[in-house]
Amino acid sequence: MSFWDQAVEIARVDLQVERRIGDVLRIIFPFAVVALLVFPLALGIDLAAITRIGPAVFWAIGVLFGMQVALRQAADDRPERRDLYALLGVDPAARFVGRSMSGSLLMLGFMFALMVATLLLYSPRLPEGWPIPAAAAILLTSIGLTELGTLAGEVTAGLRNRTALASLIVAPLAIPLVLGGSQTLESLARDTGILPWLLLLFATDLALAVAGVGLARPIEEASR
Amino acid sequence: MRLEAVGANVILDGAGVSLGGLAVLRGISLSIGSAEVVGIAGPNGSGKTTLLRLLATLARPDEGSGRVLGATLGTTEVYAVRHDIGLIGHVPALIHELSLRENLEHAARLAGDDVSRIDRALRVVGLEGAADRKVGQSSHGMLRRAEAARLLLTRPRLLLLDEAFSGLDTSARDLVDALVERSVAAGGSVVMVSHDANHLASRADRVMTISSGRIEAPA
Repeated sequence: MSFWDQAVEIARVDLQVERRIGDVLRIIFPFAVVALLVFPLALGIDLAAITRIGPAVFWAIGVLFGMQVALRQAADDRPERRDLYALLGVDPAARFVGRSMSGSLLMLGFMFALMVATLLLYSPRLPEGWPIPAAAAILLTSIGLTELGTLAGEVTAGLRNRTALASLIVAPLAIPLVLGGSQTLESLARDTGILPWLLLLFATDLALAVAGVGLARPIEEASR
Repeated sequence: MRLEAVGANVILDGAGVSLGGLAVLRGISLSIGSAEVVGIAGPNGSGKTTLLRLLATLARPDEGSGRVLGATLGTTEVYAVRHDIGLIGHVPALIHELSLRENLEHAARLAGDDVSRIDRALRVVGLEGAADRKVGQSSHGMLRRAEAARLLLTRPRLLLLDEAFSGLDTSARDLVDALVERSVAAGGSVVMVSHDANHLASRADRVMTISSGRIEAPA
């Protein structure tokens, strides 16, 4: 079976498992919506402030809860499943790519659903022509966060408290993604050019993909 | 022991494994030939499971050396032979949210094996009526049968069984015996570990004992 066939098969089964257990849909997304609700409650009836902070709250909640989406595979990755994949001849890099693919699809769904919830709850003032830049920023941020979560899950495989450790790895490394995502719309509003921020997101995604694929085997062996 | 031993599928030469700074295996030397069934007996905590993981290339030797199916342990050569190694461990390596059949399909696809042989494998292990049960709805015996079905599909040259007979009824034990016979008939090697030396003696060509991480002597 080719590298890509293995990656697609792993992604397919990850999505099948998610469809059955529904971690993202039934647990993470509702909690993220509750978090979105907390800000307006704290601000009271200052509608102008609520409208102004909408996009910033979306990125903050999106990245924080997106980390949970990204790390859900690490929490579910049992040692015997890793052993099975090894003995079936699965390339660790194909496993990284497959998990990044399935995770990115889930993350995209999560982020777009969260965006709809933000639009409904905050009615934010958005600059003209926002949908395409926002979609691009959400797409690139989702891919980057998932790659980061998958990589952190691989690095912490076999360690105790791996979910907490993986979060500690993801949080600081997600800063370029938070900056790139949030500043894309800010720059559009100020008419200062969004390309540098989209390039930052793309470069981060590319660097994480290269690191994930290139380090997959050494990380796999180091965990044994 | 010389690593060049002729016809051996497994050769360990003074191999040792430490886990978290603790020496779990020390100075293990053994050779296992084609069509040979070797039993390794020992009490709980003696290093049996770690030895199987070493043979499965899932643990790295930090002293001595070894070769499994021609690949040197602790090197990237093991990637080329892992597909030829089958392991039944303490905990079934199955995805809980999938059915038994879906687990087999997933494994067969990843290994590049023929998915159309799954129905036959399920029949052989007596799971044709329970194939669509989720792993969480299946008994221990069913999970062992599903793992046996996976090994029928992947046909490993080195079969490693970790207490594979424990908790099984007579027909499931017969099934594992049949799996061993198939492997031997195809020229493969089989290593079974158990705390019960008598149980191994009836099934293995030779039985070794392991204690405190060292192979002691033929039982």
